[in-house]
Amino acid sequence: MSPGATDRLSRLLAMVPYLAQRQGIPLAAAATEFGITEKQLVKDLELLFVCGTPGHLPDDLIEAEWDDGHVYLNNVGAIARPLRLGVDEALALLVGLRALADVPGLHDRDALERARAKLEAAAGDRAAVSEQVAVQVTQRPGPLADIREALAGNRRVHLTYFVPARDETTERDVDPVRLLMVDGLWYLEGWCYRAEEVRLFRLDRIEGLAVLDVAAEPRRVPERDLREGLFRPSPEDTVVTLELDPGARWVVDYYPVDDVQELASGQLLVRLRAADDRWLRTLVLRLGGEARVLDPPALAGAVRERAAAALEAYVRA
Amino acid sequence: MSAQKTERLLNLVICLLSTRQFLAKDQIRRSVPQYAECATDEAFDRMFERDKDELRDLGVPLETGANDAWFEDEVGYRIDRAAYTGPEIQFEPDELAVLGLASRVWQQASLAAPASRALLKLKADGIEPDASSIVGIEPRVRTSEPAFEPVYAAVRDRRPITFAYRTSGSGEPRTRHLEPWGIVSRHGRWYVVGHDRDRGATRVFRLSRIAGEVRPIGSPGEVTVPAGLDFRDEVAALVPPQQTRSAVLCARAGSGLALRRRATATREGAGPDGWDELTVPFADADVLAEEVTGFGPDVRVLDPSEVRDAVVRRLRGVLAATEAVPAGEAARVGP
Repeated sequence: MSPGATDRLSRLLAMVPYLAQRQGIPLAAAATEFGITEKQLVKDLELLFVCGTPGHLPDDLIEAEWDDGHVYLNNVGAIARPLRLGVDEALALLVGLRALADVPGLHDRDALERARAKLEAAAGDRAAVSEQVAVQVTQRPGPLADIREALAGNRRVHLTYFVPARDETTERDVDPVRLLMVDGLWYLEGWCYRAEEVRLFRLDRIEGLAVLDVAAEPRRVPERDLREGLFRPSPEDTVVTLELDPGARWVVDYYPVDDVQELASGQLLVRLRAADDRWLRTLVLRLGGEARVLDPPALAGAVRERAAAALEAYVRA
Repeated sequence: MSAQKTERLLNLVICLLSTRQFLAKDQIRRSVPQYAECATDEAFDRMFERDKDELRDLGVPLETGANDAWFEDEVGYRIDRAAYTGPEIQFEPDELAVLGLASRVWQQASLAAPASRALLKLKADGIEPDASSIVGIEPRVRTSEPAFEPVYAAVRDRRPITFAYRTSGSGEPRTRHLEPWGIVSRHGRWYVVGHDRDRGATRVFRLSRIAGEVRPIGSPGEVTVPAGLDFRDEVAALVPPQQTRSAVLCARAGSGLALRRRATATREGAGPDGWDELTVPFADADVLAEEVTGFGPDVRVLDPSEVRDAVVRRLRGVLAATEAVPAGEAARVGP
C-alpha cells in the first residue's frame, strides 16, 4: 500500500541498535553506513525523537542528539535489539556468501564457513528459500591470487593481455585499483600506462602477469555504476544501425543496444555502438547475412570487402 | 505524509514490545498517540487491521492471545521479545567482513536494500568488521532484467506465474505458465527453472526474453519444489556440449588469436601460403563456422568440408545482404 512507510520503519528498527552501540558516531559515517543522505538521517532522528513507550512523557521518549555532528541515542529500551532477519535479508546474504564460496582461493574460507553457519542459525526456517536462488561465478579466476598480492602490497603489474575485438595480444603496465566480479566474470580495474586511463581487464584474457618491484601510484578511482553495464558509451563510439533477421536476434541479448524496434516484417531494427570498428566488422561477418548494415555505409563497405576477399580465397583453393 | 504512518507503526512496535501482558485493542488505541486521530471506532479498526498486516509482512512476530483463561473472548496483542530478535548470535570481525562482501554483491542490484539492512542488524552488537584480508575485492551481480523482481518474488513465495516469452528463433512471444522452482544467474544472465505447465516438463527460461508483465496465477505456497534438485545443473545443461571433433584451419601469422588460444596443435608456416595451421576442437559445425567467418580473409577452413561449406555459405550470405541495401536506404535510416 505504502511501501515507503514500512521500508523506513525497517530501516529505523535496524538503525536504532546500530547507533545505540556506537555513541558519538559522525553523522556522515552513519549516513554512509545506512546508504542514505545526511539530510535523510536527520529526518529519521527527528522522527525517533518523538517516539517511545506508551505515556509519551518526555522520560518515555527516545533521546536523540546530533547537534555537534555526532549522533547520540538513548532510552531506546524496547527496540535496543534489532528485529530478526527477514526472508529477503537472510537470502541476500546467504546467496552472496555461496557465490563467494564458489571462488577458488578467494579468501579466508574458514571465516566464510563460520559466517554462513551463524547466519543460517540466525535466520532459522527463513533461510530455506535462499537455496532457490544462486549466483554462479566463473570457476577459472585466472591470475586472481597474483593480483590480490599486488593489491595488498600496492605493487604495479605487467600484463600480457588478449584483445579479441582487435584480434591481438598487447603488453602493458597497470596499477591495480580493485578486483571486480561482475556477472560471473572477474576483472582487474586499474590505471593502464599504455592507454593512459583507467581500464578493465578480464582475468580470463590475461595471458601473462608479473608483479613488478615498483610501487603503484596511489589513485582514487570512484566505483563505476554497473546498472547500465560495464560498457561506457563514449562520443567517439561508432554508432551503427542493423536490421536483424530472426536468427540474429540473440545480438540484443548479448550486447548493450541503444534502441530496438520490431519491424512488421519480423525483423529487428537495432542501434548499437562500439569503441572499435573491427569488433563491429567481425560481428556483422559472424552473423553471416542475417544482419544488414543500414548505417554507416563505410562499415557496410568494409564488411563486404572482407567477405569478398575471404570467399575468393576459398574459390581459388 | 508517510512520516506520520512510520511514527505510528514505530510506536505500535515499541508499545507491543514493552508489554508482557496481551494488550486489548482499546488499550493500544490509548497508548499510541496517532490512533487518537481516528474519529470513529470503525476508522480505528480498519487502520489497526492494516497496521497489523504490515508489521507481519515486515516479519514482526505479532502474537494474539488472552491474559485470562476466563475471559477468552477479549483478544489481546503483544510482541514476544525473544521471538522479535531471534537467537542472539555474535559475529566476529572477520566474519562480518565476509558478510559485508556478500552484501555488496547486491549493491547495484534488486536486493540492495535488504542486503545492507541485514548487515546493519548483524553489526548491532557494536563489533566492527576487519576487512584487511579482502581489500580491493568487489563482487557484483546485476539484475537489469525487468522481470527479475516479479519472478524472484514468485520463487520466494512459491507462486505459479504466467508471462509472454519469445524464443530466439521467432519474434512472436508465446504465453507460458510456470511453477517456478529457482532463479539462477549464470554468465551475467538470470534464468528461472521450473515446471512448465504447457509442456508438462522441466524448463529453463531466460529472464531477458520475458516480454511484458509477469502475473501470479495461484496462491503463495502452491508450488512444490522437488527435493534435491540442483537448479544450477539445469541451467548448466544449456551450455554447449563437449567438443568432440576437430577442424584444421589455417590462419595468417598473428591472426585468429581466439582460435589459437584453444588450438590443440599449431604448426607455424605449415599451411597454404605459408600460413599457420591450427587444429581446433569443436562441437557444432555451424558455431565454429560462425566464429571463423568473423575473421574474414585472415582465417580459412581446410577440413572438414562441413565447416568449410558452412563458412562459404555464410560469406555468400554476407555479400548478398550488403548488396541488398540500396545507397539511398542507408542514408534514409541514419542514426
